[in-house]
Order: sequence, then structure tokens, then C-alpha cells
Amino acid sequence: MHLDRDHHHGPVALSADAHRADGSRRALRIGLGGPVGSGKTATVAALCRALRDKLSLAVVTNDIYTREDAEFLLREAVLPPERITAVETGACPHTAIRDDISANLEAVEDLEDEVGPLDLILVESGGDNLTATFSKGLVDAQIFVIDVAGGDDIPRKGGPGVTTADLLVVNKTDLAPYVGSDLARMAADAKAQRAELPVVFQSLRSETGVTDVAAWVRERLAAWTA
Amino acid sequence: MSRAALLVLADGRFPAGGHAHSGGAEAAVKAGRITGTASLEEYCRGRLHTAGLVAAAFAAAAVLGAEVRELDSAADARTPSAALRGAARRLGRQLLRAARVAWPTAELDALAREFPKGAHQPVVLGVVARAAGLSAQDAAYCAAYECVSGPATAVVRLLSLDPFEATGVLARLTTEVDRVADRAVEAAREVVAGAGVDALPAASAPLMEIGAEWHAGWAVRLFAS
Ligand SMILES: Nc1nc2c(ncn2[C@@H]2O[C@H](COP(=O)(O)OP(=O)(O)OP(=O)(O)O)[C@@H](O)[C@H]2O)c(=O)[nH]1
Ligand SMILES: [Mg+2]
Repeated sequence: MHLDRDHHHGPVALSADAHRADGSRRALRIGLGGPVGSGKTATVAALCRALRDKLSLAVVTNDIYTREDAEFLLREAVLPPERITAVETGACPHTAIRDDISANLEAVEDLEDEVGPLDLILVESGGDNLTATFSKGLVDAQIFVIDVAGGDDIPRKGGPGVTTADLLVVNKTDLAPYVGSDLARMAADAKAQRAELPVVFQSLRSETGVTDVAAWVRERLAAWTA
Repeated sequence: MSRAALLVLADGRFPAGGHAHSGGAEAAVKAGRITGTASLEEYCRGRLHTAGLVAAAFAAAAVLGAEVRELDSAADARTPSAALRGAARRLGRQLLRAARVAWPTAELDALAREFPKGAHQPVVLGVVARAAGLSAQDAAYCAAYECVSGPATAVVRLLSLDPFEATGVLARLTTEVDRVADRAVEAAREVVAGAGVDALPAASAPLMEIGAEWHAGWAVRLFAS
């Protein structure tokens, strides 16, 4: 089906092909999805700060309204502007990351052509519902970001994001005492939904911040380039 | 070769990027030109007989074997708005990506190599239709229908219009889609009979071109075009 896998000098890549038209290995693509305001952009920004010295990075945002997230990342200067691209989603963020991934594929490929070689591309989905997941044609792994303030029953409710994401991040743990969220219960529910799949509890307001997620990304990258 | 390939290609869920484009409807809604079912119908009718006719004729001509580079520059010449030319090329590139997996052929690979950033969508649509074993008329239908179904779907999201009403608009336009597809195929036949790309229609909708430029400048929007 994927022509370029058979002969690495095909015209241009199609979707998940691991190689680019010139035969080189493409960047690892990691998707970040999750409900509105859970901390996807803040996690992307923190990851960029943690990884940019050692790795060549780029980010694609999928705003519900164009450019909000991209502009935040630009304002925070986590990466040079040419490494950040915003994709429009026609009011349907989950369609753009799952059912019709063409605009996102174009964005990741153009980034590799224009600012590459890249090690890692982070694709942030527009804030969506608990069923939104990334297509395997677009990303190699996905992180689902929820927060403690959205209700501590979200891990119990499950849904494809919570249940199947390669990494579940429960963000804003610093707010747990104020919103009455029970972190132990969230951890137990997540464990029940996800069996052996990893879960990270983090507060980007704390000293450790994005450390655990960054370590997970580095592991993924090591496996990708191995 | 199967006629049912037309259903695959014309399906609104065919993953070729169209869902993020409103066919000018977002600008028309903001400008107050589309406010409900009746004005949606008028908008679609106007688009069908202008941009729709042109797109259908280009798609048909590509199926009949007209030279792709010539068609592509002729499409540029008929699209004054730079924003619309950009959108047409992006959609062409995205359509080609999906089609190369659905109907893998050397011709589609060659087209991707020749236009890495995309050719005009109707031209690509014609080449794809041929790769799928479809006729010039099938391609013309596909292009003409897409040019009304895109705005109708977008307006359901933009105005929370009743989806049954929006589908009713499309149903009422079907006989006009027939006529546009027929005219488009006639023009495409003239092109390959020796008249060249000048025989292709050049019907234009200035307000849509202006709207596209306006829309491209917005800081905040839902659709890419
Ligand atoms: N207290 C606290 N606030 C956080 C944390 N992480 C993010 N925030 C804040 O939460 C708000 C939303 O964060 P974003 O990163 O924009 O969330 P998002 O998921 O990208 O949001 P959308 O893209 O709109 O869906 C911002 O005001 C962040 O500063 C955290 O760990 N603790
Ligand atoms: Mg965000």
C-alpha cells in the first residue's frame, strides 16, 4: 500500500512511511491530545525547553480557532518561528488528527523539508472530547493530557484517549487540594483502564515540571532511531 | 475499473482535506450574505455556475488527456485571488496523497513528483478520476458536486443550520449539477479536439475572490478557506 516503503526514492511520502523521499529516516512524530485547557500547549512548551538543546524539534498546532496555540508558543519563544506551524481544522479538531489527516501530514512534511533534519515533531490537537485520538497514519505515539480540575472521575469514564494513549498525563496536580480531586483514586482508575500502559502525574508549576514526560519522549526517540 | 469508484471519490468522507475548507462560505456568513437555507441555496447556485463550471471543465479535460501543466496555468489565470490559488493547490496536493494510496499508479506518482506543492485541485481530480477508471463526465460531476457540498457542510457548522435543510439545498440543485457537468464535458471535448485550453470556461465570481482575500487576512477563523 505504501509505495515509498518499497523503493525509498519515490516522489513524496504518503502518510506514516518511516522514510522520506530522499531515503533518510523521518522525524519521530508524537501527538498530544486531550480536553480543552488541560495543559497540552503548556506541556509542549515545557518539552521544547527541556529537549531543544539536544534535539532538533518542530511543533504543529491544530487550533480550533487558528493560531492561538501557535502564537502562545511564539510569544514564549520556545522555538524559532519557522519551527512552528498552525493547521486549520474547519471546526472539527478530531477530524484533522484522525479521519482526514492530510493537512497535518502536509505540515509535518513541509517542516522537515524546510527546517530539517528534525529528530522530533510534536503535533498538538485542538482541545476536544474524550474520544479524540490520533491516526497511526499521522503520529508514531500519542500522549493524552487531562487535568485534575476537569473532575477526578475522568480516568474512570475512560474513552479511547484515556484507555489507549501511549502515555496518559494527569496534569495540574498542584490544583488537586483546591478542587477536591482525589489523586490516589485517579491513579487507581487509570490503572484499571490502562493495565500496563504508563501514566504520569505532573504539575508544570512544580520544580520537576515536565521531567517524567520528557524522559518518556527520550525513550521513544531512542527506540525510533535504534 | 468500476463505476462505483465514483462513489468512493465523491464521498464527503474521502480524506483529501476538504473538511477544513468552507468554499468561501465562512467569509459569506461573516459578511451577512449567507444567513439561512435560502441564502445558502443562492450562494451554492452562484458558485456552481461559476467556479463549479470551471472546476468541472478542468477536471473533465484532465481525464480526456489535456496537458496537465497547461491546465494548471490556465487554472491560475482563472483564479485572480492568491489565497484561492493557494487553497486550490493545497487541496490538489492533499487529494493526490489520498488517491496515490487508493489507486496507486505511475501516472499519479509522476504528478506528485512534478508538483510537489500541488497542482490545482480540479486538475488533480481529473487525473485521479482517470486513474480510478472513471470518465470525463464522472470527474465533471464530482467537481461540480463538491463545489456545492463543501459550502453546505460548512454552513451546518457555521450557522448550526438544520442538516436536513442543508441536504435539501443539495437535492434541489441536482438538475443544475447535471447541466453544469454536461456543459463542462462539452468544453473539455473542444479542448482536446484542437481548441486548446482557451476553450475552457472562465466564469468568475468576483465577490468570492474578494471574500477569499478578506478571509485569508483574518486572525481568527474556523476554516482554511
Ligand atoms: N496550576 C496549573 N496550571 C497549569 C498547569 N499546566 C497548565 N496550566 C495552565 O492551564 C491553562 C491551560 O493550559 P494550556 O496549555 O493552554 O491548555 P491546552 O490543553 O493547550 O488548551 P487548549 O489548546 O485550549 O485545549 C493555562 O493557563 C496554563 O498556564 C499546571 O500544571 N498547573
Ligand atoms: Mg493548546
